[in-house]
Amino acid sequence: MDSEYVKGEGCRTVPLSGHVGFDSLPDQLVNKSVNHGFCFNILCVGETGLGKSTLMDTLFNTKFEGEPASHSQPGVKLKSNTYDLQESNVNLKLTIVSTVGFGDQINKEDSYKPIVEFIDAQFEAYLQEELKIKRVLHNYHDTRIHACLYFIAPTGHSLKSLDLVTMKKLDSKVNIIPIIAKSDAVSKSELTKFKIKITSELVSNGVQIYQFPTDDESVAEINGTMNAHLPFAVIGSTEEMKIGNKMMKARQYPWGTVQVENEAHCDFVKLREMLIRVNMEDLREQTHARHYELYRRCKLEEMGFKDTDPDSKPFSLQETYEAKRNEFLGELQKKEEEMRQMFVQRVKEKEAELKEAEKELHEKFDRLKKLHQDEKKKLEDKKKSLDDEVNAFKQKKTAAELLQSQAQQAGGSQTLKRDKERKNFF
Amino acid sequence: MFKGPADTRTDAAMSDLVPEPRQKPVVPMKPVSINSNLLGYIGIDTIIEQMRKKTMKTGFDFNIMVVGQSGLGKSTLVNTLFKSQVSRKSSGWSREEKIPKTVEIKAIGHVIEEGGVKMKLTVIDTPGFGDQINNENCWEPIEKYINEQYEKFLKEEVNIARKKRIPDTRVHCCLYFISPTGHSLRPLDLEFMKHLSKVVNIIPVIAKADTMTLEEKIEFKQRVRKELEVNGIEFYPQKEFDEDLEDKTENDKIRQESMPFAVVGSDKEYQVNGKRVLGRKTPWGIIEVENLNHCEFALLRDFVIRTHLQDLKEVTHNIHYETYRAKRLNDNGGLPPMTVETEENHESNL
Repeated sequence: MDSEYVKGEGCRTVPLSGHVGFDSLPDQLVNKSVNHGFCFNILCVGETGLGKSTLMDTLFNTKFEGEPASHSQPGVKLKSNTYDLQESNVNLKLTIVSTVGFGDQINKEDSYKPIVEFIDAQFEAYLQEELKIKRVLHNYHDTRIHACLYFIAPTGHSLKSLDLVTMKKLDSKVNIIPIIAKSDAVSKSELTKFKIKITSELVSNGVQIYQFPTDDESVAEINGTMNAHLPFAVIGSTEEMKIGNKMMKARQYPWGTVQVENEAHCDFVKLREMLIRVNMEDLREQTHARHYELYRRCKLEEMGFKDTDPDSKPFSLQETYEAKRNEFLGELQKKEEEMRQMFVQRVKEKEAELKEAEKELHEKFDRLKKLHQDEKKKLEDKKKSLDDEVNAFKQKKTAAELLQSQAQQAGGSQTLKRDKERKNFF
Repeated sequence: MFKGPADTRTDAAMSDLVPEPRQKPVVPMKPVSINSNLLGYIGIDTIIEQMRKKTMKTGFDFNIMVVGQSGLGKSTLVNTLFKSQVSRKSSGWSREEKIPKTVEIKAIGHVIEEGGVKMKLTVIDTPGFGDQINNENCWEPIEKYINEQYEKFLKEEVNIARKKRIPDTRVHCCLYFISPTGHSLRPLDLEFMKHLSKVVNIIPVIAKADTMTLEEKIEFKQRVRKELEVNGIEFYPQKEFDEDLEDKTENDKIRQESMPFAVVGSDKEYQVNGKRVLGRKTPWGIIEVENLNHCEFALLRDFVIRTHLQDLKEVTHNIHYETYRAKRLNDNGGLPPMTVETEENHESNL
């Protein structure tokens, strides 16, 4: 495919008559990358207690932080840590993401979902950056998962259904490298059978695991043989023991010592070779060129974009994107208008209600006032009549007194009688 | 406005219209960086070899444009640079051929290989530039061509189903040939460089430098540098794109002392001191092209090819192309130019 590209479009090869110097171009490119630094992101998926953290420690010769997780997690979560590693002049930003609580629940139907969501979220973040108008892709910290190590429990029989379901969901999104964890629990003969069973189950279920690339002659042979050794049976250990006259990473049992880096004991060295020393760049490239492109294509198609003929619409993506955004903004505005209308309506209603109430109150007030006035008038009338009576009485009284004094003057002897009468009168 | 129990009813109703925000996945997204000391060899540094192998397999593109009045030795220089006949010399216009009425753009591609590295070299020639009587706006076809290449790349990039490797026809480097008058830059030179230094990497070169003595050369270069600075023309390597101190010191030296390179081109070989060298034979001596005492061709070659080739491509891709893209996307939407913050504000309203 590459030779087609180079010879295509009618380009002829021209011989050089001397040393030009562009053979330093790969060095220039590599130097720039080295200055920039590299990113590598590994996702470890596996049940609690399968030795994920220990294996990472062993692979990278260092003690990463973290305590072992408990078995009582309510759901599957992902824990992510980033480390800066340096070896000679290479700076590597290594991110290790581990599942926490995977396989511990009683109902594991949704166990794979947080993992898929996490992987998609990283793709989404990259896609968003790529779609930005002002973007800084060359300085972007790439968080997309380059390799997924799937830890298989060393039962010796076959894959668990959880394993099959999860791997099936992940195989189109990430490079899966299945490994048999804690493989010192499985004897050698059982191990061969176990590997065969696993491989056949993966094939029969159509799970696409990562194949080490065999198109480059320099690595084709080693990658080819390694492909046959999948899944790798690994043991992790950070403890060093003196074996012979060297210090080695090993696990000590009463019946013997398992050496991590001994290829006869386990496939750890193979894993390290494949994952880091031979194919790290290919893993990164596959993630970007295959898995990310697939995600991007699906996501954009989902959003309704289509590739039209190159002549008709020059910018189908951007135009539709802008059109959609305008559509969305329009909808937003419409909703805003609607809400505003509704608000205004309610305000009006309320106002009307309150006006009604006010009117009623006024009426009531008027009525009361009238009542009050009526009462007042009645009272005044009564008072007037009472006053009249009192006046009348007073007049009568003075008249009576006048008569009496006249009578007294007229007959003095009759005074006693009159006194008595008077006294009786009152 | 209106306070009271009735108001809460309205609020409750309104919140029904605004949908609840989608649940975000429960994942701690902010990683912690710590430095780890290594107790043994892991093999991370093999990534350099892996990367080198991959890039050598895919090959490289390089597109170089030459601009200058005819007769300044553009084609010869490109042939000398790449030690092969990549540019067809126009050895004068014959009577049947007319001088092109406008600037033409001719792009010819060749594949050259050296040390296992395959490079697709495209030389873009601009015959007719500055050759008319009225040269107004003669840079426009060139600017148009450069923008068309950006457009092509952009169209490929926004496709849903993208090619694995988008063919790169963008102009990585533009060699502008200055006539060795010995006085100063011409208005055409200034106009061209002013317009184009914003869209492409321009490397000014003084052509046919064998017509100047050493003193004249030094003076001319100083004057040219000053004029470029006064007119605000940023030629490659641009000051603002120096990545670190090391780059800056290296590039400062080039900017302030060596550039513009005074070059002589030739594809003929002569015997000098028992060696066969590229040169120009004159009655008063042989001018050796690759002799630093004679001209600065070797400096130009080392600069463009041996040290800054990748950087030229990267500046084109990361800066000039991105500028074009941002402008294009802003204009296309018909919306007022939005900064990234505004975009994020809109997203938060979702």
